[in-house]
Amino acid sequence: MADHPLLELRGVSKRFGAVQALSKVDFETRAGEVMALVGDNGAGKSTLIKGIAGIYPFDEGEIYFDGNKVTIHGPRDAAALGIEVVYQDLALADNLDVVANMFLGREKKKSFWRLDEASMEKECVATLDSLSVTTLRSVRLPVASLSGGQRQAIAVAKAVMRNSRLVILDEPTAALGVAQTRQVLDLVRRLADKGLGVILISHNLHDIFEVADRITVLRLGQKVAQFVASETTQQEVVHAITAGTLSHVPGMVVEE
Amino acid sequence: MSVKESTQKSALLASQARITPAEYIQNYIKRVSSGDLGSIPIILGLLLIAVIFQWQNENFLTARNFVNLIVQMAGITTIAYGVVFVLLLGEIDLSIGYVSAVAAVTMTLLLREPSGWPWYAAMGLALLAVAGIGLFQGLIVTRFQVPSFVVTLAGLLAWNGVVLIMIGGAGTVIIQDKVIIGIANYFLPAVWGWIIAVAAVGGFAVVQVRHVLNRQRHNLPVTPMVIVIAQIVGLAVLSGIVVYVANQDRGVPFVGVILLVFLAGLSFLATRTPFGRYVYAVGGNKEAARRAGIPVERIRVIVFMISSVMAGFGGIILASRLRSVDTAAGGGNLLLNSIAAAVIGGTSLFGGSGRVSSAVLGALVIASVENGMGLLGLSSGVKFVVTGLVLLIAVLVDALSRQSRSQSGLA
Ligand SMILES: Nc1ncnc2c1ncn2[C@@H]1O[C@H](COP(=O)(O)OP(=O)(O)OP(=O)(O)O)[C@@H](O)[C@H]1O
Ligand SMILES: [Mg+2]
Repeated sequence: MADHPLLELRGVSKRFGAVQALSKVDFETRAGEVMALVGDNGAGKSTLIKGIAGIYPFDEGEIYFDGNKVTIHGPRDAAALGIEVVYQDLALADNLDVVANMFLGREKKKSFWRLDEASMEKECVATLDSLSVTTLRSVRLPVASLSGGQRQAIAVAKAVMRNSRLVILDEPTAALGVAQTRQVLDLVRRLADKGLGVILISHNLHDIFEVADRITVLRLGQKVAQFVASETTQQEVVHAITAGTLSHVPGMVVEE
Repeated sequence: MSVKESTQKSALLASQARITPAEYIQNYIKRVSSGDLGSIPIILGLLLIAVIFQWQNENFLTARNFVNLIVQMAGITTIAYGVVFVLLLGEIDLSIGYVSAVAAVTMTLLLREPSGWPWYAAMGLALLAVAGIGLFQGLIVTRFQVPSFVVTLAGLLAWNGVVLIMIGGAGTVIIQDKVIIGIANYFLPAVWGWIIAVAAVGGFAVVQVRHVLNRQRHNLPVTPMVIVIAQIVGLAVLSGIVVYVANQDRGVPFVGVILLVFLAGLSFLATRTPFGRYVYAVGGNKEAARRAGIPVERIRVIVFMISSVMAGFGGIILASRLRSVDTAAGGGNLLLNSIAAAVIGGTSLFGGSGRVSSAVLGALVIASVENGMGLLGLSSGVKFVVTGLVLLIAVLVDALSRQSRSQSGLA
């Protein structure tokens, strides 16, 4: 494990109108570890990762990647750093088929501005195979016709297929059955063991204790605790989620 | 684990690798019966229209009327090509009627003395001007987040005014340039009709066969060769009939070839290029497209430019057919017919689904109805009512098939 974090956030805040979704959050994760991010509904987990992914900028705070200060202005910047996100709301285009979704925004091309469908399809099938996603009838079906679990698998595979260094998963198992949850968790562990950084958001502490190395707890937009998974208990984490000590009053604008 | 994985690995590929012709047809029937009707309703509709009009008036299915029909549908089809792209985004462009007139009038005025420009320069500048209109409207829609409905409604009014101002007191301006008049009034000699049919079918065959061979080389599942050959033969027979019938009369209209070239080029753009992929993605899920790093706003602006430029081409074709432009240019039900053509042809109003070819099919329906009712000597009142009903039926068929698709899990 590298001694400097793969990703480090220092004092990031984000406000939506009257809602202070994040205030002065410090956060870090290392290569080769699964960092779980937990917190109640509305705690700011999704907001945190959308900021990392460049969906919108943080209002303040700094981002360090690999020890270097970086600015992330859009999804392309995040992708260029090797950051890939699987969103809670999936972010698949229902009308496009599996292959098109897997390569969306990063299509392979050949001469005359043409899409290289054959090699995209081949790589898509290979990636799905390597993740043991075998329930698909065809990779040329529109995503709309897939089950929730299949869609989630596609979304995970999409993030994995790129040569990513940090994969962020926002509730990847929320809609899955037992077997598919198992597969996704195995996959999450495998990614970290390959040396990638993994941030896993989940409400299921059982899942988290199974795969996570460390756990960061957010509450009302603030970081209230950070645990090493092997040195804590579910009770302790639940307590932090529901009653962790806030450093300042939520909703109040934080002044320097 | 690794043993299990490798058997599973072949499972996904194997399940897709070999498709027999019988399976292919079975899959097709399954798709259709689950509500994914494709072009079937519209082709049935066209047959029905042909039977009804032929039964009422034996002049409907004649070579002469067939050739007329191609010329009559050309303007709407060309404009509708652009509409398809706008609808794919889930947007609308209400300005296309008068934008087409702006192009036609600009070109006509430049052709005429005192400027007396050559046809290509006049046409080029006219198309450039309407591309600018598309850029302008697209930028307003994207920069200020105003619904395209409102922006292009303003365009509808403003460009109508511009047309009136440009034509001024003249009322009607005659086109004398041979080339421009030829666009909609030239008919290919019989031999050239055949040459183009052979080239079109040959081109289609090469593309299809290369596609299959390429996929085979990558070990990907392919459409059975028998089916591919059947499709090629089908197209050959269809083109053969078209050229043969047209040659019984004046020959294949040159404008028909233009429609074909646009169809091929724009279909290529929509289905084979990253740009086309992005248009579908933005129409299907704008947020997903944005997160994938697609320059959503730029795609939208370009589509509004495509819409305006295709409207410009359509306006020029319409002017060529009339050999003049007048103060009524771009008015009447040109706008609504063009949008209706794309929708009747099967392009969804809700974005993300449709094909370029739907413009041709839809325009063929609309032109057939108008043409047939004209032959029967019915008033334009009746024409409008019937065209309205056809549009309604098309939208209902779409809605019903959508419902049955979502029931069978293929929404
Ligand atoms: N785009 C937005 N506009 C306005 N408010 C927002 C927006 N996104 C998030 N919020 C608000 O910010 C707060 C944090 O939301 P966020 O989605 O980050 O929570 P979360 O921890 O992911 O919750 P969940 O577990 O329910 O997914 C919430 O109060 C939410 O209403
Ligand atoms: Mg969330």
